[in-house]
Amino acid sequence: MGGVSAIIFIIGIFIFITKEGLPFLLGRFEIAEFFTSPRWRPTSEHNPTYGALALIAGTASVTGLAMLIAVPFSLGAAIYIGEFATGRTREILKVLVELLAAIPSVVWGFIGLSIMNPLIIKLFNVPVGLNVLNAGFILGLMAAPIMTTIAEDSLKAVPDTYREAAEAMGATRWQVILRVVIPAAKNGLVAAVLLGVGRGFGETMAVLMASGHSINLPTSIFDSVRALTATIAAELGETAVGSDHYRALFTLGIFLFLITFIINLTADLVVRGIRKK
Amino acid sequence: MFEATELNIRNHKVERLWGLLFLLMTVLLILPVLVILGVLVYKGGPIISVDFLFTEPKDGMTAGGIFPALVGTIWLVAVALLASVPVGVAAALYLSEYAPDNWLTRMINLAIINLAGVPSIVHALFGVGAFVLFFRFGTSILAASLTLAIMTLPVVIVATRESLQAVPHAFREACWNMGASRWQTIRHVVLPNSISGILTGVILEVSRTAGETAPIMFTGAAFFLPFLPQSVFDQTMAMSLHLFVISTQVPGVPEAMPFGVALVLIGMVLAMNAVSIGFRMYLRGKKKW
Repeated sequence: MGGVSAIIFIIGIFIFITKEGLPFLLGRFEIAEFFTSPRWRPTSEHNPTYGALALIAGTASVTGLAMLIAVPFSLGAAIYIGEFATGRTREILKVLVELLAAIPSVVWGFIGLSIMNPLIIKLFNVPVGLNVLNAGFILGLMAAPIMTTIAEDSLKAVPDTYREAAEAMGATRWQVILRVVIPAAKNGLVAAVLLGVGRGFGETMAVLMASGHSINLPTSIFDSVRALTATIAAELGETAVGSDHYRALFTLGIFLFLITFIINLTADLVVRGIRKK
Repeated sequence: MFEATELNIRNHKVERLWGLLFLLMTVLLILPVLVILGVLVYKGGPIISVDFLFTEPKDGMTAGGIFPALVGTIWLVAVALLASVPVGVAAALYLSEYAPDNWLTRMINLAIINLAGVPSIVHALFGVGAFVLFFRFGTSILAASLTLAIMTLPVVIVATRESLQAVPHAFREACWNMGASRWQTIRHVVLPNSISGILTGVILEVSRTAGETAPIMFTGAAFFLPFLPQSVFDQTMAMSLHLFVISTQVPGVPEAMPFGVALVLIGMVLAMNAVSIGFRMYLRGKKKW
């Protein structure tokens, strides 16, 4: 039965990463160290430490900046495509947004490395261009298409009768959008933002290449940081199967899995909220 | 009586202003893609030649071409498709044609959404834990492709389900009234009417799969392998990983090279997308219902 395959796989993913990570979680893992220490030094010979705070801060700062850029622009684009554009313009814009979504993450990372990096150094006169700003900007562009598409879908799901009723009362198109369409589509828009956050959180290659990949608690957008995902990608190849370090990386994986799971679940519940009404 | 009042004029101006603002936002969102494509073509275009595409990398990957990576990506995508399309189409058929509206169906839908949302690096961890170690496939095309297959499964399921549901219900009812069974209806009415939509989804999956890097890094893709894979149990180079490697790990690579690799990779992906989009528009024009 193909139908349940998705359930089997999602449970399988959880089981297999937990299986590899569990010995660490039960043994070496200290919850206080993991969440409060910024020292991620798994390769230290005498005293390896597994503090993920700097990695969490890295992921959060990059995703946060990405959302600051992506949320207004994607919602604006969704409103334009959904409410203002018509006919051919609308089709072309939708296709272009799809193309934005099609660029592979490793290519985005390469763009961060080869185009954004020198640009940031020159524009802001800073020594290193691989930082929160670079990764956040790129991640914003990467998360924007999914947010635009879902936001536009939820604007489209608002029945035309709502718009007609408001227009019949003498409202201008802008008033209709602001007072009628957006409130009616609110849940879908929230879900769009949540899924964008989830996308930013989980992005690996682009963040690995554009963020500078140095362990740091960022104090400005010009600091280099290191993300949770990037840490796994960069270190897994160098660890021995079964070592503490290897299992610690799987523990980061469990953490990421749970966070994205919660984000997706929340988005789904929010969307279901409108359907029930 | 029908003259525009001051309020009308002001409202009209406000509306135009917002329209322009949103247009500007849309354009700013799309502009980077065009700039990026332009830069890639400008910097990477000159290096691309028949030689570049069909020879092996030389001198520690600082010279030569990308042939093994190109072939490797085709292997990875092909094996991933073989695994995910049958499962994905079966799942979509079940969800669209058979599934009752109950908690199991809701769970399946939720699982699909979550499968699509799991970070690619977590898929990679799963691939290592499950395929490389537990099933003992080792780091191989098989392990990498299966990881990719699971990761892109939601794309196939969602696209297939949508094109199945686009077939009007009346078609099915007409068929049932003739005494056809559910499966006969699917086989002879629903599938023929939706096959092109399913193909569009598959093409989209191909483009997604070709560009992925993180899931294959530890499951089957090799940094440098000057020969071509012979079976699914071999490791292979891949375009996406090759771009990562020569742009971050190898010193002394001439500047044009990673641009060339990026251009070929993005060319493959966008060409696939263009085919998929064109196909969809053609279908929409042809549809008679």
